[in-house]
Amino acid sequence: MSAPIEIDFGAARRAPAIGIDLGTTNSLAAFMDLTGPKIIPGEDGERLLPSLVHYGAGGEITVGNAARRLLIEQPERAVYSIKRLMGKGLDDVREELSLFPFRVAEGSQSVIRLDLGGRLFTPPEISAFILRQLRRNAEAFFGEPVTQAVITVPAYFNDAQRQATKDAGRIAGLEVLRLVNEPTAAALAYGLDKRREGIVAVYDLGGGTFDISILRLKDGIFEVLATNGDTHLGGDDIDNRLMAIALEDVASEWGEDLSQDRVAVQLLRRAVIAAKEQLSFVPRTLIEFQYQGRNYRRELARAQFEKLIADIVDRTLGPCRNALRDAQLGVEQIDEVVLVGGSTRIPLVRQAVRNLFRAEPHTELNPEEVVALGAAVQAGILMGSVQDKLLLDVTPLSLGIETLGGVVERLINRNSTIPASAAQVFTTAVDGQRNVLIHVVQGERELARDCRSLARFELKDIEPLPAGMARIEVRFLIDANGILNVAARDLRTGKEQSVEVKPSYGLTDEQVEAMILDSYEHAQEDVRERQVREARLEADRILAAVEKARLEDAYLELRDAERDAIEQAVNALLMVYHSEDYLLIRAHIDKLNQVTMRLAELMMNSAVRAALKGTKL
Amino acid sequence: MSAPDSCWHCGRPASESLFCAYCNRLQPPALDYFRFFGLEPRLALDPEDLQQRFYQLSRKLHPDRYLAATPTERQYSLEGAAILNDAYRVLRDPVARAEYVLRREGLEEVSPGRRTPPELLQEIFELNEALEEFRQDPEGARQILEQTRGRLADLRRQADAELARLFAEWDQTHQRGALEQIRAVLEGRRYVSKLETQLEEELARVGAHRN
Repeated sequence: MSAPIEIDFGAARRAPAIGIDLGTTNSLAAFMDLTGPKIIPGEDGERLLPSLVHYGAGGEITVGNAARRLLIEQPERAVYSIKRLMGKGLDDVREELSLFPFRVAEGSQSVIRLDLGGRLFTPPEISAFILRQLRRNAEAFFGEPVTQAVITVPAYFNDAQRQATKDAGRIAGLEVLRLVNEPTAAALAYGLDKRREGIVAVYDLGGGTFDISILRLKDGIFEVLATNGDTHLGGDDIDNRLMAIALEDVASEWGEDLSQDRVAVQLLRRAVIAAKEQLSFVPRTLIEFQYQGRNYRRELARAQFEKLIADIVDRTLGPCRNALRDAQLGVEQIDEVVLVGGSTRIPLVRQAVRNLFRAEPHTELNPEEVVALGAAVQAGILMGSVQDKLLLDVTPLSLGIETLGGVVERLINRNSTIPASAAQVFTTAVDGQRNVLIHVVQGERELARDCRSLARFELKDIEPLPAGMARIEVRFLIDANGILNVAARDLRTGKEQSVEVKPSYGLTDEQVEAMILDSYEHAQEDVRERQVREARLEADRILAAVEKARLEDAYLELRDAERDAIEQAVNALLMVYHSEDYLLIRAHIDKLNQVTMRLAELMMNSAVRAALKGTKL
Repeated sequence: MSAPDSCWHCGRPASESLFCAYCNRLQPPALDYFRFFGLEPRLALDPEDLQQRFYQLSRKLHPDRYLAATPTERQYSLEGAAILNDAYRVLRDPVARAEYVLRREGLEEVSPGRRTPPELLQEIFELNEALEEFRQDPEGARQILEQTRGRLADLRRQADAELARLFAEWDQTHQRGALEQIRAVLEGRRYVSKLETQLEEELARVGAHRN
């Protein structure tokens, strides 16, 4: 006798941790199965989720393709390219906001608040709507709750931008296992199928950001040697360039400036983007725009387009050279070049990469999907299902503290492998001083005011001593997400010293907590939505069954009154089918169930009769 | 953080290893860079061997491997990986490595610009003159600057060769005299590097200006 085989369905059915590419233009999710990383399609079957969010008058949130139409109809309630505002303050984006139709609320100094039809949202909250949609897609795909994710960020994102991304994940109800740099994720996806060794450059030009990373691949280790980039450079800049020209054209042809007309601007933006995308495949195309019965057409040749964007493409080359210099490598030492991001479809971009690296770049994997695939691989590494790979990433920016005269003292240099740490001993300047304030900045400049302020850390309740006697060791640690952690210790007593963090940009922990609570309320709405959907599915089932039963002999055996009752119940259910009240739908399903009881009995009997007949013969 | 003499988890005696010999739990990281890499304190290191060790240790220590571990192990992994990375950064660079050994052996730190090494005075004078000319007439003076650049690179290479010789000497004798000579060479070398950076910046600045 052999023992029965036990299968633990619980473990097998647990949904995996997913990898998410939270992009400026499109977002998508992937997961790791036994054969490798796979994209998780949305409910509409699409692999890419446009990073568009619409907030409806009734408080309903629409994300992705469904928000496209709404962006045109109600641009004041819709947001796109929110990634460009993550971790930013108002002063950072003032110039840029002139190009975006967003309305920024008062008091947006350290966190931007966008006004969507009267309600205020921070960028992490808006990103959370996108993440929640991806999460929902994954849950529908697996049929299981999804709670863990790896999310990618541009390699050149600073601390505040990373923190904002992590906050977005938490607000969306996800445990963010790790933030991974986009170019590194792409390298992981590429390095998976081929056992490559050597130096790889990843050139990542997306919708809003540019990254270049240089990696050494050896024995499954992906060691980033240097990274550089521009978090304000991407396809959006090209679109804005084309928009400016088209708006000017329209103004001179129609004698009307449309730049303040949100609806017209959205329609025109869509037209120039379509033209831009076509020019990657054909030598000439048309920008076509219809508005209020008028037409605008302009022919655009690739050569013209290339002239127009040449300086934008050129701006990517400086960071590439800087990264090479930091990696202490010459162009000839780069073995492979990988292209990532939708904007690398542009022939001029490919040409620029070819010229710089003197190599034919890899484009085997879809440049819009490769980052999400790599994020799924990293999720596999973290969950232990991928054992032979390890990513060693770096911090893109130097970390320092402001000293006397506003000069920066560097503690951790850019391109240091993370986790990275540094310790510094602080003391007091006056007798009996209880508090010491430490201003931490990120950046490469000599003066603190030219760097990015990261946070102010206040050492509190220091033992009152004569000036210079206190000795507090502060440990700065950049974790594997590229986010700074600070701890302090009193060297005289060995006791931990309390530190209060005041982030310069971004949300406090309390604010994030409040938003998570807020999102539970939204989760309630989600539950309701799901119940409505399920009720409709059940209605579909019973309506189809009744439809089929009408063709049976049993239906003719019913009395007229019984048939009428069924007709009425079917019509009543159809009447409430599209209502949002799932209880009402369910009530009518029950009613239809009741009045079809005898029909079911008759059908059962005839089935039994037929079966009995069969046995007799 | 100093390494305790017993395992935090099972309480049995601690060893030199990253992991407890009895329960195999990750232990708090040691702070000595050489010990961390399982190396004797030596100045001459084989970069290939060091890289190999770095990758091996990363596989053991990286926080990616401890996601499901206890909070204590997660903390040790984070701190251990941070020290590992810091140590690799220092040990793989001969200059940083020598400075680390100087500090470790209680020698005063190399302080940049404390005094100008006399043998470099002539070089500095010529460089400043060349830079001045370069600003007046970039094309004409470019050749002089290229020559200066070459001479500085030569000086740096000389210093590196001298360091290599002194590294080997110290590794054999562990004599303080060798370390003091190393410090003197490092000071000169640092000065040369500073001049090189200044030169490159000037070339880049004028180059950018012309474009």
